[in-house]
Amino acid sequence: MLSVFIVAPFGGSLIAIFFPSDQRGATAWFAGAIALVCFLLTAGLYPFVATGGVLRFELDWVPELGLNFTLRLDGFAWLFSALITAIGFLVVLYARYYMADEDPVPRFFALFLAFMGSMLGVVLSGNLILLAVFWELTSIVSFLLIGYWHHNAHARDGARIALTMTGMGGLAMLVGLLLIGRAVGSYDLDAVLASGDAIRSDPLYNVILVLVLLGALTKSAQFPFHFWLPHAMAAPTPVSAYLHSATMVKAGVFLLARLWPVMAGTEAWFWIVGLAGLTTLLLGAYFAIFQQDLKGLLAYSTISHLGLITVLLSLGSPLAAVAAVFHIVNHATFKASLFMAAGIIDHETGTRDMRRLSGLFRYMPITATLAMVASAAMAGVPLLNGFLSKEMFFAEAIETHLVNALDTTTPYVATIASMFAVTYSLRFIHSVFYGPLPFDLPKKPHEPPRWMRAPVDFLVLACLVVGIIPAQTIGPFLHTAVVSILREDTPSYSLAVWHGLNIPLIMSFVALSGGIGLYFLMRSYLATGIEGPPVFRLLQGQRIFERVLVTLSWKWARSLEQSLGTRRLQPQMRLLIFLALAAGALPLAVGGYQLPPLLIRGIDPAFALLWGTGIACAVGSALLAKFHRLASLVLLGGAGLVTCLTFVWLSAPDLAVTQLLVEIVTTVLILLGLRWLPKRIEEPETADIPLKIRFRRLRDFLLATLAGGGVALVAYTVMTRPLVPETIASYFLAQAYHEGGGTNVVNVILVDFRGFDTLGEIAVLCIVALTVFALLLRFRPHPDSLETPEQQRVQNAYDDDHPERAEGDSVAEYLHIPSVIMRWMFPVTGMLAAYLFLRGHDLPGGGFAAGIAMSIGFILQYMSGGTRWVEERLRIHPLRWMSIGLLIALATGVGSWLFGYPFLTSRAEYASLPIIGKVPLASAILFDLGVFSLVLGATVLMLIALAHQSVRRAARAHMRAARPEREAAQ
Amino acid sequence: MELILSAGIGALAASGVYLLLRPRTYQVIIGLSLLSYAVNLFIFSMGRLRVNAPPVLDPGGAGDLWRYTDPVPQALVLTAIVIGFAMTALFLVVLLASRGFTGTDHVDGREPPRGD
Repeated sequence: MLSVFIVAPFGGSLIAIFFPSDQRGATAWFAGAIALVCFLLTAGLYPFVATGGVLRFELDWVPELGLNFTLRLDGFAWLFSALITAIGFLVVLYARYYMADEDPVPRFFALFLAFMGSMLGVVLSGNLILLAVFWELTSIVSFLLIGYWHHNAHARDGARIALTMTGMGGLAMLVGLLLIGRAVGSYDLDAVLASGDAIRSDPLYNVILVLVLLGALTKSAQFPFHFWLPHAMAAPTPVSAYLHSATMVKAGVFLLARLWPVMAGTEAWFWIVGLAGLTTLLLGAYFAIFQQDLKGLLAYSTISHLGLITVLLSLGSPLAAVAAVFHIVNHATFKASLFMAAGIIDHETGTRDMRRLSGLFRYMPITATLAMVASAAMAGVPLLNGFLSKEMFFAEAIETHLVNALDTTTPYVATIASMFAVTYSLRFIHSVFYGPLPFDLPKKPHEPPRWMRAPVDFLVLACLVVGIIPAQTIGPFLHTAVVSILREDTPSYSLAVWHGLNIPLIMSFVALSGGIGLYFLMRSYLATGIEGPPVFRLLQGQRIFERVLVTLSWKWARSLEQSLGTRRLQPQMRLLIFLALAAGALPLAVGGYQLPPLLIRGIDPAFALLWGTGIACAVGSALLAKFHRLASLVLLGGAGLVTCLTFVWLSAPDLAVTQLLVEIVTTVLILLGLRWLPKRIEEPETADIPLKIRFRRLRDFLLATLAGGGVALVAYTVMTRPLVPETIASYFLAQAYHEGGGTNVVNVILVDFRGFDTLGEIAVLCIVALTVFALLLRFRPHPDSLETPEQQRVQNAYDDDHPERAEGDSVAEYLHIPSVIMRWMFPVTGMLAAYLFLRGHDLPGGGFAAGIAMSIGFILQYMSGGTRWVEERLRIHPLRWMSIGLLIALATGVGSWLFGYPFLTSRAEYASLPIIGKVPLASAILFDLGVFSLVLGATVLMLIALAHQSVRRAARAHMRAARPEREAAQ
Repeated sequence: MELILSAGIGALAASGVYLLLRPRTYQVIIGLSLLSYAVNLFIFSMGRLRVNAPPVLDPGGAGDLWRYTDPVPQALVLTAIVIGFAMTALFLVVLLASRGFTGTDHVDGREPPRGD
């Protein structure tokens, strides 16, 4: 049931975005209908809530983390939902007439509905994390709404400032809520509300408090975070009306009130919240007097009124909390109607500047009357709703809650702020509707359309009715909300208009008369038309904000980047290796590493000789890699062969086979690449190598030695430790034959036990091959490497010198006898590959090895006959091999679903074939076939693509477009 | 045995790391290959060194680690060899493309102000 409150607005938002942009009416009706449905649903739920019931809706989200999609409707949430949906509906109705023809209306209503949904989410969340999510959503959607007219720089700036402020606050709040969850042990709101003592006595209470308050105070635009709100008035007026009344800024005070039972009452709460609220109350009201923009005046008034609510919540007394909730409702009604009235004035006259507006009463008497009543409510005139909650505020301000300076000053500040409120309300009315008739207005003013005014009518009527008979109208709803916050602490209070002649009434009287007097005193100053209050206008929040942002995100970031960052690879690699070394050494140092005893026993001289060669190869390869690439490659191959022999020696035939085959392919590959690298001739090492370079080499050498020594040390330590008999390997060894149906455990692991991993591996191989292929399609070699290689030039010159030889003979005859042998080797290689493949499950071999062996067969043909010769005779389609391989592997996996087993379950049988004998016929062998095919395709694709570069160059040079580029793909 | 192999692994790793820190792309690719030998041998050695231990089961039998070699590091290394090849290929092509684009085989894609 509750989920409708979330699903309907967000779903509606998705639908609304698809309305054609000329369907203003239809989109508005659609959005209005959704808001109305939500409101009616809220109304329908009232009887349940009124009896103290709490409606819950719960959906598992990440239950392991205590994170559930919990919605929870109690009296307080109900009151807010009613406000959000009712005012939401009225604003939609108003916006239907307010928005201009050229505005993209579907986007407006879609965002509006999303905003309503987010706000409902905030008030209905029954889980702290969920609340934070919706909270951020309101920030983001309000950013989009404020920036709705994104062609306007003010709108963009306002949106950005609002998002930065509320977003930062939201982030702090999230951390605070996480800490609350930690203190309570649950994120569930009911659990949190039940454990106020645990939170207040938590050692981190002050941290939690500051973080949560950062969120609430930024959202509610409390001093010193208030300045985003006046900039947010660049939004369309319906949005402002909504943001300032029932949503957004109210989310902050909502959170304060929601957490009031568990967090308020401490000295820290009183000081932080009280000081922020009191300052905001006073400064907001003061600034409002000096605004020239109608919406600016209203924006500062909102700030001030939210300060009032914050002060009430800071006091920690239940009666003050009642007054706070009451004022939330009252402020929402009169502020929404005032913004709408301001929007009507703007809409019908074309300006909101109070210096140009005057005497409008003559043109729009009804609107003027409505605005007057609403601003009287704002000023706290008796018989209007604003008066009631203001009286309650005064009463609470006089009470002594804690004995300190702040508590003593509260009543005086409250009176002065109310005086200012009277002044700015009066200014709003007097300067706009009275005085001389306006002259150069952009439009001829007149009354707005009937239905554009209807929401204002309704809201102003509400102000009046609540102000006159509060107990009969708002009373029960307020009571329900208050009970749900305060529970057994609910005080007895009365909502009567007349409490007798008491101090609050006198304060009201002082504020009213003082405010009127102040207005007439200041008229001459205000008439000068200077924007902003004296002194304070020099201190602009926005300016400071921009400067802070620039310093943080530009200056500091840049200097950090310059001092720490580098675009060069070598320092980065150095850092990386250093960090890896440190990360490797740290656990050894912390865990207490002990050097194992040196074991000299059992040294085989042959093995020592083998590794003597291996080490020489490695070092030699490293030394020669710069100036003697081919020699370095040969030595690299030597190191590879030593590795391969080590595998043979140490009982790993599978690895040896694979290593040997891969070694061959790698060497061929790099040989193919050598041709495209720049020539580098070794210069004789002069004695005067710069000191810097010497130092750099020495440092790298030390780093490399440390890395190598560390690896050697760890390897040695592990190798000399006794064997652990029970590891996962024991399981594989025990089950390989019975479950996998193969005796070669390595192969069974690859294609059966860990088949899914292997599927991932071959997919990676596939991706790499395709990437190589794609990169080479666009390959443009450097002009230096374009000419024919030196060797071929020498051979061609020889042909030219001898008249009996045609050009190209030498190239064709080069290595003639080996190439004949290589051609004849093709079937043998194929046979070897088939053999390796078939025996794979039981003996060393398998799909990987077979695939590479087969690809070597193809490469040999290319080497012996040349690219053109091979391709005239043999079409290899590596891409097909690859895709078929991948499909077979996948199909084998999916096939087990058909028999009701999980993905890649295998089944093993042995089949007797004539001549060949017993062949293992596990379904895993099909999978291995896929591996074979894919490895073959990928290897051949990479090698051939690289080999083709030389041919392409030649073809380009001789006959452009004679051969289609597609051939490279073959 | 263990001493020799670990010395070998150390030498391979040291040569590889030294080359990784060099400025020319070809040096880096050779370095990566050397380093991958070292890493493969390192992983392989985690199953302890066994000379003349059978790697393949008797048909119908179940094995244990006392009699047979440890298959898990071997399986890991086997795929690592193939993936290592793929990485070398990819890196080689990136190297060639970078040389084609920038005209230099320096790892930063441009020659340093003064020769190294």
